[in-house]
Amino acid sequence: MTKLLEWLTAFSILVTIWIALLTKKVDNSFVEQHPQLLLYSPFIAIILFGLFALAVVLYRTFTFNNAELAAAELQKEIQEARTSLTKLGYKFPSKLS
Amino acid sequence: MLAISKSFYSLILTWCCIFVLIFYVVYVLEESNSNETDLHFHKTLLMAEENNKYSILLPTYNEVENLPIVVWLINRHMTEAGHDFEIIVIDDGSPDGTLDAAKQLQKIYGENKIVLRPREKKLGLGTAYIHGLKHAKGNFIFIMDADLSHHPKFIPQFIEKQRERDYDLVSGSRYIGDGGVHGWDFKRKLISRGANFLTQLLLRPRASDLTGSFRLYKKHVLENLVGNCVSKGYVFQMEMIIRARQFGYTIGEVPITFVDRVYGESKLGGSEIFQFANALLYLFATT
Repeated sequence: MTKLLEWLTAFSILVTIWIALLTKKVDNSFVEQHPQLLLYSPFIAIILFGLFALAVVLYRTFTFNNAELAAAELQKEIQEARTSLTKLGYKFPSKLS
Repeated sequence: MLAISKSFYSLILTWCCIFVLIFYVVYVLEESNSNETDLHFHKTLLMAEENNKYSILLPTYNEVENLPIVVWLINRHMTEAGHDFEIIVIDDGSPDGTLDAAKQLQKIYGENKIVLRPREKKLGLGTAYIHGLKHAKGNFIFIMDADLSHHPKFIPQFIEKQRERDYDLVSGSRYIGDGGVHGWDFKRKLISRGANFLTQLLLRPRASDLTGSFRLYKKHVLENLVGNCVSKGYVFQMEMIIRARQFGYTIGEVPITFVDRVYGESKLGGSEIFQFANALLYLFATT
């Protein structure tokens, strides 16, 4: 089963339930007392998920490690490598100096 | 009031049950996919670890400044850790003399350590791997960028991880543990995290970093994957790991730091985002 099919399956199950409740094929007293809530529930769910996604992505963006140490260490190692390579007889292109 | 809350709870409960059911079905399906690797797992465990050889594929294009440093660092870390290795440089006809630099390095480190597999012009990444693989003597293959964004100090950690559970592939991840990036502004980080979130949601790849290209593969696994991947450019890496999951290969992860290009320009434009979205949809519909 491809991911697309998995999503379509889950989606159609949810839509089926939603329509069943909406057309009162299934009785549920809460739904009967709050028809508006049921009607808008898919949109509410999408908005809530969107907020969740936004919060997660922003949190992860702000906590993304900056790897400053790794960058500083690399700069040192580049110098080290250049000295060592020159000793081994490697000729760096002249434009760099 | 009590009646309302009761029916409300029953509604919520029903929905929860449905969600649990869906996730369970998906979980069972995925488990049944990955069971076939167990057999393979035991077979390869019998192989002697000491005879392992690691071929490091370095596709290059205009990396004359970075290549010697990368090679020097690889040599240092591999020698320290005592692993047998070779570096295969696949240069796509760089006009800046990368190949000459590689030839110099070959003189210093020897022809058994530095193997040159140049090509005439810039061709795809996938074909570069196929080209390099043809001559690889190792039973394990490393794939990494030659632009210093991937530090060779992580190579021994990949090897350790691989041995832990005889993983078919080990992927470096910027998103876990001590991993991270350097030289990215807020916008770039946001795009990266957003794209990653979307991919995790749609594809559930069981790997946290899909577009990173610092990875260790068993040779036959890479051969199989390369042959089955059709994408071009950097989304090729994403397809590789998604196909790996599809074929039921086991995936290990190592946190890595990604230091954006020290020399030369890094790119992330509209066309990269378009390529990414395209690949995501393609994989969503086909795997």
